[in-house]
Parts: sequence; C-alpha cells; structure tokens
Amino acid sequence: MTKWIDVCATSDIDAEDVMRFDHGGQTFAIYHSPDGKFYATDGLCTHEKVHLADGLVMDNIIECPKHNGRFDYRDGSAKGAPVCVNLKTYPVKVEAGKIMMEIGK
Amino acid sequence: MNIMATPRDYGLLGRDAKMAEEMGLASAQWYQCPMPRKRLKELMVRKDGPAIRDTLIWFTAFAVTGGFAYYFWPTWLALPFFIAYGVLYGSSSDSRWHECGHGTAFKTRWMNDVVYNIACFMIMREPTVWRWSHTRHHTDTIIVGRDPEIAIMRPTWILRVIFLFFAIPQTWGAIKSIARHAAGTIGEEEKTFIPEMERGRVILTARIWVVVHAAILASAIYSGSILPLLFFGPLPTMYGAWVHILTGLTQHGGLAENVLDHRLNSRTVYMNPILRFIYWNMNYHVEHHMFPMIPYHALPALHEDLKPYMPKPCSSVFAAYCEIIPAIWRQRTEPDWHIERELPSGIKPVESLGD
Repeated sequence: MTKWIDVCATSDIDAEDVMRFDHGGQTFAIYHSPDGKFYATDGLCTHEKVHLADGLVMDNIIECPKHNGRFDYRDGSAKGAPVCVNLKTYPVKVEAGKIMMEIGK
Repeated sequence: MNIMATPRDYGLLGRDAKMAEEMGLASAQWYQCPMPRKRLKELMVRKDGPAIRDTLIWFTAFAVTGGFAYYFWPTWLALPFFIAYGVLYGSSSDSRWHECGHGTAFKTRWMNDVVYNIACFMIMREPTVWRWSHTRHHTDTIIVGRDPEIAIMRPTWILRVIFLFFAIPQTWGAIKSIARHAAGTIGEEEKTFIPEMERGRVILTARIWVVVHAAILASAIYSGSILPLLFFGPLPTMYGAWVHILTGLTQHGGLAENVLDHRLNSRTVYMNPILRFIYWNMNYHVEHHMFPMIPYHALPALHEDLKPYMPKPCSSVFAAYCEIIPAIWRQRTEPDWHIERELPSGIKPVESLGD
C-alpha cells in the first residue's frame, strides 16, 4: 500500500540543495535540482549510513559528507567508490507549492 | 574513552578490532563543530581553477628540476635538482593522492582521477587499495584495530620512524603488496575494507604496475644508465619521501588514540607557503578530518571559522616536533600516555560518545 505524504514547502529548499526529512522512523533526503525539479531518496548513504542531507549537491549529484561518495539523486545510482550500492528513490510531486513524496512501496 | 589494555594490537582482525566494535568506537558518530549550512555550502563549492593552476605549476616544476638534473648528470651539480625532483615525486604526490582521492581537488571528476592515478604511481600506493584504506581512516581515525593508516604505532619503534623518512617500510610493503595482488591474492585484512566488487580492479592495476616497473628497469638495463631508475619507480619515491613524512607525522603523532573527537587526535600546524603547496593545505588537519568534503583551497577559510572551537594550532613544523618527539619517545615505554589537547574554555571534549 502506498500513500502520498506532505514533506515541506518548495521554498524550504534552495535550488541545488538537499534537506533531511524524517517520517515514520525513516529518514529521507529531499533534493531541489538546479532546473527546479524535486527528488527524494533514502536519507542515509549506502556506504556507511551517514546523512546525505549534510552533503553537497552538484548538478544532479549528491556527495556524501563523510567519504565523498557520489550518487545521482534522480535515479539513486552510485557513481563509483566508495559507494557501490544504489540509493532507493521515491516518487515526488508538487501540489500548491507543497512537496509530496510517495512511500510504502 | 581509552582502551586501557596494552600492548596494542593494530591488526584489523585482532583483539583491539573486536574491542573497538564492542566499545562503540567503530563507525561511530564523531564530534563536529557547529557550522551553518549556508556557510558550509559556500566552503564546499568545487572549483577546477585552483587545482589546474597548481597542477600546471607542479608539472612545470617536474620539468625544470628533472631537466636540470638530467643536464648536469653525472656531476655533483645534478644533486640539488635531484633533491628537488625527489621531493616533488616522493612527497608532493602524497597530498595529490590524498586530495584527488577525496575527489575534492578538482570539480571535474576525470581530472581528479587522472592526477590521483599519477600520484598513486609516484608514491607507490595502489589506487583502489588506498582509496578504501583512506575511507576507513576517515571512518575510524586513529582507532586501534580499525584504522589501517596509523603511522606511529605504540610502543614506539623509533628506528621504524626514522626509516619512514626514507620510505623503507612503505616501499617494501608496497612491493610485497603489488606482487601479492598481481598474483591474484587479496589479503584477509584488506578484505575488511575493500568490497568484493573492487577486488578485480586491485589485481588488474597491480599487474599493469608490474609491467610498467619492468619497463623502467628494462630501460635502465638497455641504456646502461641508472638515470631511468632515479627519475621513475621506487628510488625517487624513497629519496624524496622525507618532506611528506616530516609534514605527515604532524597529523596525528603523539596525540590520543581511541577518541571520537578529531580535535584530540589530529593536529593543525601553521606552515610556510612552499610547504603548503607541497602539502596542499593538509596542515589544517583537524579541519580536514572534521569536514572532509571541503576542498584544500578552502581549508584556510574553514580554519578561521572554526577557531573558537579548536585547540591552539602549532605555530610551525618546529613547534609541532617540539611536542611530537618527546611524546613518541615517551610512548616507547608508556604507550598509554599521549599529548592532551586543551580545548577553548567552555568547550568540552567529546570522548564519551561511545558510552
């Protein structure tokens, strides 16, 4: 069963930045891409469980703050050592200035 | 938090490795100074410009020192140029390996990778192995049994420290490691930090390196000259290592083991611009460990921002060794003793996160 949940207002995340979002005992990372789109992934790096929201967004890449591992946050793909396992991604939509993500799949 | 048992076991499969896990020191949460997200983003911004400039200077310095060394060979006038060339080859490669390994030196990924592989060859660090060992060093900095990059183990073996300046243990270790990997074997300790999917790359690179080193040796034999061996391969790594050991031992030498606060186990040292060029600002070492995603060219600014939370930096390399030498000498017989870092008033050390 899936459901859409409210995350935050679109204005809460700067362009080319990331924000942490915790819900139901899980932690997520919500991204605002340079071209104005929003994305969501699991919040912890697949390498050593560090919060990606403390990392650096460069174009479509999120870089982990601990070991500089990189993912493409649009599809969660790992972009080389030290990350080897892809991130899980979640559908996102914007309604009336609110970011919503679909969880529970 | 200190593990009170001695002698220590620095092996990654040994008693202290298990103890570190049991005590919550492995992959633990480390102290970070407060830093506004906006400022952090400013400092994290990647640029190609500074590293391209520095790399052009670097290659030019190789050409000039190497060119004059070749020109004056075999007279004594070649000696100072070989000394300078050796420092570039065997010492400045350490910081290029380090920064490009983090992927922070250049904004463009392939530039990091190219310089990383060149630097790895110069300093004889197998690229994949050392990328992963350094990852562990950042996860478990100076945690006994977890960190594979502890330079001075306790009780201190002074002769080994002296040998480090000539890269004797490092080069011997590299030769054994390359031979083992080229034969298709990954060690049990290495398996603790190199993922399975990366091991094929380790073996392939080692085999390529064996071919390249054989070619260097063959060119020396064919030309009947030692010159190829003085310019490439293990010899310049060894005769040029002393500067990177001089700077590198200041990073953690004599400080605490098994703590979760980089201010207590790492050292920031003020250095002159030439050393900082060779070392690519790694003298700001506490800052680097606390925020490893900040590029070398932004570390001086980060240092200024974090000053209120930091212990007083060492004023020079000389000042650093004034505390390091007595400390490591004492640690020959008192391995539990270490230099205590004094933090600014009102700021408590975070030694007990694992409790």
